[in-house]
Amino acid sequence: MKDIAIQVINFSHFYGQQPSLKNLNLDIYRKEILGIIGPARSGKSTFLTCLNRLNDLVPGSRVSGKILVDGLDIYQPEVEVAALRRRLGMVFATPVPLPMSIYDNIAFGPRLQGQTDRQELDHLVEDCLEKAGLWAEVKDRLKTSALKLSGGQQQRLCLARVLALKPEYILLDEPTSGLDPISTMKIEDTLLLLKKDYTIVLVTNNTKQAARVADRTAFFLMGELVEVNETDIIFTRPSDKRTENYIEGKFG
Amino acid sequence: MMSKSKPDDRLIKLSLLMVALTAITVLAVITIFIFEQGLPIMLKYGLKNFLFGQDWYPSEKSFGLLPMIVGSLLVTLGALLIGVPLGLASAIFLTEFSSRRLSRFLKPVIELLAGIPSVVYGFLGLMFLVPFIRENLGGPGLSVLAASIILGIMILPTIISISIDSIRAVPDSYREGSIALGATKWQTVRMVVLPAARSGLVAGIILGMGRAIGETMAVIMVAGNAADLPASWLAPVRTLTSNIALEMAYASGEHRQALFATGVVLFVIIMILNFLANLAARKQSGR
Repeated sequence: MKDIAIQVINFSHFYGQQPSLKNLNLDIYRKEILGIIGPARSGKSTFLTCLNRLNDLVPGSRVSGKILVDGLDIYQPEVEVAALRRRLGMVFATPVPLPMSIYDNIAFGPRLQGQTDRQELDHLVEDCLEKAGLWAEVKDRLKTSALKLSGGQQQRLCLARVLALKPEYILLDEPTSGLDPISTMKIEDTLLLLKKDYTIVLVTNNTKQAARVADRTAFFLMGELVEVNETDIIFTRPSDKRTENYIEGKFG
Repeated sequence: MMSKSKPDDRLIKLSLLMVALTAITVLAVITIFIFEQGLPIMLKYGLKNFLFGQDWYPSEKSFGLLPMIVGSLLVTLGALLIGVPLGLASAIFLTEFSSRRLSRFLKPVIELLAGIPSVVYGFLGLMFLVPFIRENLGGPGLSVLAASIILGIMILPTIISISIDSIRAVPDSYREGSIALGATKWQTVRMVVLPAARSGLVAGIILGMGRAIGETMAVIMVAGNAADLPASWLAPVRTLTSNIALEMAYASGEHRQALFATGVVLFVIIMILNFLANLAARKQSGR
């Protein structure tokens, strides 16, 4: 049996009266890459922000049902949200380094938790940049502004910044949508390496990306989970006609 | 069609240039006039005597401006000590913590403060603040402290509305990024939003400072206007602007020129403060 890390049970999400996710049931296994595909406005990014409660920031956002992360019901009022968000680190579609140096971007999260030891931080920064595949390119200019990096480098910096939180989960929201093929390849290689230590949820617009890196793939449509299965099954013999149509590019 | 639009553009450019030049010309004329009227007497009696002399007795040809220079700097500093923390705190609350409805209501109300004539501020200060200081803290009530508090309130709308604009200009993605990294709202404001808005915040403080150092009427009414170095926050004080306004009506000859010299000093101080503040803003945001 697979080790279940996150359980989504009868989960719905609304913006005001408008349902954006309808009655989802989904298990996410530990140390897998779960790919989520689907056309625009299918709810896949919303689903990601529900997992770390970033949706709390959106006015009028409301949920029903449960999400259990390692058995913890994250929508219980006593849950400490900041700590939850450290456990489920998130990388956004547009790379947004904070307006500070490369070093400070990575040290931001650990410093919030009170880490001030210079050597520990140095070590952590190097380690995270190394894991994100960026160390060699920036090791001589850690003090320069992160905003001066190229788009692909910025996205890997954002990934490194998340790793510095020592999360258990990494949530990626179309992390390569704005990147060139080479940067995309670097990020995908990094994800495959990270899989042995982290549980990864990858939302992607690019079905081929899911086929390349995801262990299992879920197909979302209009706020519903149409189906989820091993990636090769989804791509070779999906059980739902709509999945097949989407993968073959008949709509999207 | 294309050829017709070209001369039009040139005409508009030319007239706009002339309008822009008008403003600059006025500035140049004022500058030249003040210096032309004030500088000769400064040179005649010695720059040092003007800037560091402690005695202002125009009838005896003693034109020491030090008490007024110190006075202007003190009330401006006092106004900033009161206005900046209050203004920034209000701006942070209205942008980051209050409901959108409350801030949509409160921002115009705060901006209304800027529309109240300064003589009204002075009058209120004289009626309520000055007696309050006299009875509770001692001294004549007409004081550096009274002027600082009135000015501190008067610069609030400037500081608040510019700070609000610059905090709102910080992209939401910075806030989202920081919160996704496990920061609380307050940590996000302190460590990400305020540093990103810094140059705008400094600009707001500079404008507030300019208003404080240039304000005349309200200060005359609550500051006491004694041309002596103030011994404490509770002592009366005269500022450079008050000095000009109080004596202009009856001054003549060298006394009148000495008042223009006061204007020169004020002008230079404002230039220096603006320059320093701009430098600080650029240095910090350039990283």
